[in-house]
Amino acid sequence: MQSNTSPQPSSPAAAQQDERIQRVPFWKKALSRPELGALAGTVLVLAFFIVAASGTGMFTPAGIVNFLEVAAQLGIIATAAALLMIGGEFDLSIGSMIGLAGILIAIPAVEYGWPLWSAILLAFACAGLVGWINGNLVNKTGLPSFIVTLGFLFILRGLAIGISRLLTGRTQIGGVHDHIPGDWFASLFSGEVATGLFAWMAEQGWIATNFAGNPLVTGIPVSIVWWLGLTAVATWVLLCTPYGNWIFASGGDANAARNSGVPVHRVKISLFMFTAFSATIFACLQVMDTGSADTIRGLLKELEAIIAVVIGGALLTGGYGSAIGAALGALIFGLVQMGIFYTGVNTDWFQVFLGVMLLVAVLFNNFMRKKAMEAK
Amino acid sequence: MSERTPMIEMRNVSKHFGSVIALSDISMKVFSGEVMCLLGDNGAGKSTLIKTLSGVHRPTEGQLLLNGEEVRFKSPAYALDAGIATVFQDLAMIPLMSITRNFFMGREPTIGWGPFKRIDWKRADRIAKQEMAKIGIDVRDPSQPVGTLSGGERQCVAIARAVYFGAKVLILDEPTSALGVKQASVVLRYIAKARADGLAVIFITHNVHHAYPVADAFTLLKRGGSLGSFRKEDISREEVLNMMAGGAELESLDAELAEFQRSDQQDQQASSANTTPLSRASNA
Repeated sequence: MQSNTSPQPSSPAAAQQDERIQRVPFWKKALSRPELGALAGTVLVLAFFIVAASGTGMFTPAGIVNFLEVAAQLGIIATAAALLMIGGEFDLSIGSMIGLAGILIAIPAVEYGWPLWSAILLAFACAGLVGWINGNLVNKTGLPSFIVTLGFLFILRGLAIGISRLLTGRTQIGGVHDHIPGDWFASLFSGEVATGLFAWMAEQGWIATNFAGNPLVTGIPVSIVWWLGLTAVATWVLLCTPYGNWIFASGGDANAARNSGVPVHRVKISLFMFTAFSATIFACLQVMDTGSADTIRGLLKELEAIIAVVIGGALLTGGYGSAIGAALGALIFGLVQMGIFYTGVNTDWFQVFLGVMLLVAVLFNNFMRKKAMEAK
Repeated sequence: MSERTPMIEMRNVSKHFGSVIALSDISMKVFSGEVMCLLGDNGAGKSTLIKTLSGVHRPTEGQLLLNGEEVRFKSPAYALDAGIATVFQDLAMIPLMSITRNFFMGREPTIGWGPFKRIDWKRADRIAKQEMAKIGIDVRDPSQPVGTLSGGERQCVAIARAVYFGAKVLILDEPTSALGVKQASVVLRYIAKARADGLAVIFITHNVHHAYPVADAFTLLKRGGSLGSFRKEDISREEVLNMMAGGAELESLDAELAEFQRSDQQDQQASSANTTPLSRASNA
């Protein structure tokens, strides 16, 4: 027959295999992972600054801790925002929740003499309530979460300013540092870990020390530990647990998920509560670090978190994304912010870069999603 | 005829939405190991009927009997628990999620305990692959997104899922309507297999050519009412087609077409006499 004399000789391997079980090259499989774009971006940005910022101290231990700390703070809220976005919703009230949580920690502790741990618990309780209300409003009204949480962006910011001025007459509350020593709960959000290890490494002469022989970097800031911990837990939840499967399903197609028995409403409420909790963790770290709370803290953080999540490969429409991707997105964020500072470029340009990065990431993600669907 | 208890039976079921009578006085019996084809044109009440069976709607009048016992479903979840699985046209599949994740959506097999309880991916992947192999679809990699499957394969995953999770009654809503000939045959073959496994299958379609080869019985719906149930041996394909489309309507259509043809011929004769056929045609 004619078809036997095919013009192009096919490779013997391809001829033996069924078209459906042909081997997929490793790189093609890797391409279908959501984090790939963020990983490539991280490598690119890292390589750029290793060259551009060489000799400026960006990649000394102190410099590394610097940009990791920036990445960590954003990464904490980005992790929660990633889970929520995979679940098909947004939370624009994260930034305002940071401001409100800070006030809720500082005012009871400083003005009314509450133990710090109880003030922190109060902040978490309020955050849980806010998340619960957000989730229920979205579920019950069917309104886009964009609108509901946009409302709470203003409500929470207004509450922070209102409560703070009503009770103290100011919008900034300082003096939290005095309350930290001896408070076991507050110590979870302050200071550094592995200080002994760093002292030991300094003794061995492995890391730089000051004139007194103490290491310049005394330990790993606790925020970085929170960031890595949350990312690890979120990744495990997404990839390994039924709840993770429900998050993907709720975001992919809420109706289909419901028909298959997934408790979509409960999943969404819990995700909104988690973003509010993550904002509170952020606020705790910041208040313990600076010793003060300010009602305007966390401004625009919700958008930065969304940028990190999108750079990390999540789809705005839900159902696709990863926590590791969000962590890489946050890392890119930290690298660029500190890199621009170290290289001496006017920091005004940071925002230009951020916007461009976001657009490139979204275009890349759309392209990748199409590829993933073709990867047969 | 057999004295067996029907797996599912509808007795004089009616469903009203306000003043609209969507279903009136429908009776139907489906036995295990049989395929009942529910045929009807658009608006005949097919969707309302399956939604009543699957627990989305409660019947206004009449009874539903499952294995001889009367049942009332408060929600689709209750129907599902009772063993009535419905595969709707949207399939309840999420294209960006893997085959395994879709297969076990909402019913993931777990391993471990307490906070370390996790999905048993090895088992889940194996089962998904096995169940797909049973229906003759060789899945290379059960972690590939469902979006990479063809429409027929997706339909099969949805059916395989329902069967695996213990369906006794399988309701399929237009499973072949969006498929090509080859893909439709994959689905039809699987329906025949589900019947051989002892399921009671209700197959909703408006395509008699798909329905006839696999069906054991037909129920024809028209404008919310039933034209009756027929065993396959009692009715021919042409009769089914005729009843479904409404023989009288087809006859009047024939008459209309003949009328068009006649007037066209007249036009032609007139225009051949006329010197400006184009202007005439455009006026007509």
